[in-house]
Amino acid sequence: MSAQAEVSRHAIRGARWRWSEAAFWLVVLACAFAFPSRYLIMADIARLALFALSLDLILGYAGIVSLGHAAFFGVGAYSAGLMALHGIITEPVAALIAAGLVAMALGFLTSFLVIRGADLTRLMVTLGIALLLEALAERFSDITGGTDGLQGIEMQPILKLFAFDIFGKVGLFYSLAVLFLLFLLARRIVHSPFGLSLRAIKNNPLRAAAIGIPVNRRLIAIYTLSAFYAGIAGALFTQTTALASLDVFSFERSADLMLVLVIGGAGYLYGGLIGAVVFRMLQEVFSTITPQYWQFWIGLVLVVIVLVGRPRMHRWALWAPNLIIKQIAGRKAVVAVPESDA
Amino acid sequence: MFIRTKMLLPIATVAAVAGMVALTPARADEAVKIGLILPMTGGQASTGKQIDNAVKLYMQQHGDTVAGKKVEVILKDDAAVPDNTKRLAQELIVNDKVGFIAGFGVTPAALAAAPLATQAKIPEIVMAAGTSIITERSPYIVRTSFTLAQSSTIIGDWAVKNGIKKVATLTSDYAPGNDALNFFKQNFTAGGGEIVEEVKVPLANPDFAPFLQRMKDAKPDAMFVFVPAGQGGNFMKQYAERGLDKAGIRVIGPGDVMDDDLLNGMGDAALGTVTAHLYSAAHPSAMNKEFVAAYKKAFGNRPGFMAVSGYDGIHLIYEALKKTGGKTDGDALVGAMKGMKWESPRGPISIDPETRDIVQNIYIRKVEKVDGELYNVEFATFEAVKDSGKTKK
Repeated sequence: MSAQAEVSRHAIRGARWRWSEAAFWLVVLACAFAFPSRYLIMADIARLALFALSLDLILGYAGIVSLGHAAFFGVGAYSAGLMALHGIITEPVAALIAAGLVAMALGFLTSFLVIRGADLTRLMVTLGIALLLEALAERFSDITGGTDGLQGIEMQPILKLFAFDIFGKVGLFYSLAVLFLLFLLARRIVHSPFGLSLRAIKNNPLRAAAIGIPVNRRLIAIYTLSAFYAGIAGALFTQTTALASLDVFSFERSADLMLVLVIGGAGYLYGGLIGAVVFRMLQEVFSTITPQYWQFWIGLVLVVIVLVGRPRMHRWALWAPNLIIKQIAGRKAVVAVPESDA
Repeated sequence: MFIRTKMLLPIATVAAVAGMVALTPARADEAVKIGLILPMTGGQASTGKQIDNAVKLYMQQHGDTVAGKKVEVILKDDAAVPDNTKRLAQELIVNDKVGFIAGFGVTPAALAAAPLATQAKIPEIVMAAGTSIITERSPYIVRTSFTLAQSSTIIGDWAVKNGIKKVATLTSDYAPGNDALNFFKQNFTAGGGEIVEEVKVPLANPDFAPFLQRMKDAKPDAMFVFVPAGQGGNFMKQYAERGLDKAGIRVIGPGDVMDDDLLNGMGDAALGTVTAHLYSAAHPSAMNKEFVAAYKKAFGNRPGFMAVSGYDGIHLIYEALKKTGGKTDGDALVGAMKGMKWESPRGPISIDPETRDIVQNIYIRKVEKVDGELYNVEFATFEAVKDSGKTKK
């Protein structure tokens, strides 16, 4: 068998759907039906998951670090808000895509700054862009509403069929549908030859260039796509909450996103999704127990997570299931996580 | 790379489901629940802490049963971010079946919860946010704090009458700041005063130094200052550092900048500052003396105007419940609150039956040293001031 055939066979096998993935999405859908009183937090998690997915695309697959991803989130949020407020595009799905495209355009323009330089420079540049936009939004408060945010956003029914309700049911299913569709797209992209070339670049840009991968063009492409995703997440935020204020650009938003990926793990798409669930649940649990000092406990948990390390936690999480598998199917069937992954 | 998805996904989702189940509270019992949504973290945390303290104090003093029902307060932190407020309010209403939502540290937060109050027919007691429009956003909103129009118009009139001709303004750039500025300007310029410099400072950036330099260069008789509760200390520090006190530029404004819980740490630069406000810890009534003493004993510092707003807010809830005999029907409760009059630590107050906004005395106060501590000493009173900032019908 030739090396090329070997590679493509491996790639195709990797791209196949697994039962566990189907189960994941079924459980997500089941949750949406099972907890009718918690639509808003679930919608919040779905938005955060989409946002994390966007960062995962550049961080996990192309190795671009960013501390300013809120820039695109914010641009998407304000675009969607302004479009709804001034009646430019009133249909939410069309507005969502338009807002994503605006963020995408910004992503394309700023990608040239980001691909120059190494990790540290990138952190600085991305952070700078987000701060710049936040300051601009504050300066032009007659357009953005400044600290008070855009007031009086009223959303039209989705596809003229489903009106947003006050308890967030439509908002949640809308967010989940968008998340799922964009996830499918992302999954398709990362398993395509394009996605594989990104991994090659992540592993060794020089060697990738040597085998004929146009490194800069690929990085620009994925960064632009990632901006589109973040813009959609931002637009979803505005559409489902009817709010957009300066904090969409805040540094905390970008930093939280990093934490989400640290918790969930980068480079396999589900990391952002799992991370978003865990992160929000931690926040929810701690802020219920102690509304005043919950940040302390979140910080502590994060430090512990990093100290313990994900591989060890995976082993702990898999200990009980493996015990059962061992009883039934013998030692060989035991599931493990490769150390190099985490 | 791909093996991990096999087991991890189901485990993560199962954990998530378990978490959701654990967080879904048990059925509501007979207690009356109050959802208290406040900024307990972030830039507005001092507001949240004062109100939370005051509510605790009131419940210690008056017990936790009213009209035969147990009262339970559920405190939530929204960090003054409106989408958090909205989510928390919704969850409190749907999951915890609260009879009231209360608190709201900033205007956007109060506005975000307004449609929920209307939809669920639940009273929304605003204990902090001070923009005039708030009570117009839902027929279920009742306010026990203040509006910026109340104090800003009065200090505007006072400034004209007391020989202040040129004023530079420094206000936080958000709805209450703009309210304060506009109402001050309206009354001050109508009386013949002149605004020589107008500066709006970002809410989230409490570095006043560059703005203060511009104030100094404009050489006004006084500067009109509005910053939200909690930022006054920082402002006065920089005011003194830049030597504006020595340049003879006095500070006037609504009393937010001279918030009692920070006042004593401001130093002598604050002496002589004249502000118009609803409450001073030095208010000379027996009830206030008792309130201040109890608050100091319980929490170790002085109550500010946010504390008194929270104290009156929970009092309003108790009294409304007494009137309805413990029934938590939203319309009946709001009906009971309308026109209610009582004596508060700040003086006599009432709820305007038309606007559901607070009617209260506004006092003109000057910072003086009393027993070695700085206090806002009241020297003139404007009785039963209504909010003049409502949309003209």
